[in-house]
Amino acid sequence: MTDTLSIIATVSIIAAAGVIAIGGLGPSFGQARAISQALQSIAEQPDMSNVITRTLFVGLAMLETASIYAFVIAMILIFANPFWNTMLRLTQ
Amino acid sequence: MGGEEIRLQLTFWELMVNTWFVMAVLVVGAWLIGRRLRVDPPYTKGQHIAEVIVVAITDQISEISGGEAKPFVPFVGTLFLFILAANVLTILPDLGGSLFGFALYYAPTAVLETTAALAICVFFAVPIYTVALRGVRHWLKGYVQPAVWMLPFNLLGDVSRALALAVRLFGNMMSGAIIVAILLSLAPFFLPTVMQAFGLFTGSIQAYIFAVLAMVYIASSTQVVDQRTSPSKTRSIEKELQRP
Repeated sequence: MTDTLSIIATVSIIAAAGVIAIGGLGPSFGQARAISQALQSIAEQPDMSNVITRTLFVGLAMLETASIYAFVIAMILIFANPFWNTMLRLTQ
Repeated sequence: MGGEEIRLQLTFWELMVNTWFVMAVLVVGAWLIGRRLRVDPPYTKGQHIAEVIVVAITDQISEISGGEAKPFVPFVGTLFLFILAANVLTILPDLGGSLFGFALYYAPTAVLETTAALAICVFFAVPIYTVALRGVRHWLKGYVQPAVWMLPFNLLGDVSRALALAVRLFGNMMSGAIIVAILLSLAPFFLPTVMQAFGLFTGSIQAYIFAVLAMVYIASSTQVVDQRTSPSKTRSIEKELQRP
């Protein structure tokens, strides 16, 4: 039984690391593109910087949602793992 | 996997007391300022602050909604001020947690229940504003907007954006709290302070983003209707009505 528990722990930790690594990668590339485009637009049209900045923030929040999902899943896997808790309850 | 130091959940009363604390700060602040409101100068300092806040919120809302801001200011402004106060009050030291095992102050926005409640408010505010401003028929028509077979996708979109609102705010605030807790055990004193200062910045941005997104959802729901009923016609009629 201890063996099953350690397998669950190992897989959960590796999965959490993978989730946050891959889940952080995509959105950060997207955010980098969005910010560089917005800076270019502000340089071209300084008058519109107000609208561009607001849209940029909203868009960044939208992009960030994906990595936040990944982060929440990683946190669940590490601190509130349902498989680990079920296994503990079954063994006791 | 033992989570004694790092907590993802609060008990019911911890959450309630923390939320009441934020509400008390807002209510007492508003009462202190509102007690001495004047029309003629000299104004008090508090009145200046309150006017700056209200004017800034009104300006932002009228920019997003493209015109009228008055019906949206109470709802969106309250969301913004509550989330901002809850996030910024995290500069208070975690006294209760270290002394009595009762988490105070722990930002209520870093708990999924609170953010879900706020997102449900937005979820219901969109149809309420649409019905109140444009009528029931326009609201129902908005669901079959491009074509009738888009109905399930529109319904799904409503639910998923409420979910995204809740999880975004919760994830951002919880990550700040957890990073500070982890750094406290690794490198006490200096790094947690820097991360908490960064958390203040993130908290303000998240409050702004929550309010702006709520406003964008409401505005898009009320404007889709506008475009369908031949915008040029309605606008010219409105202009005619406004002329003396």
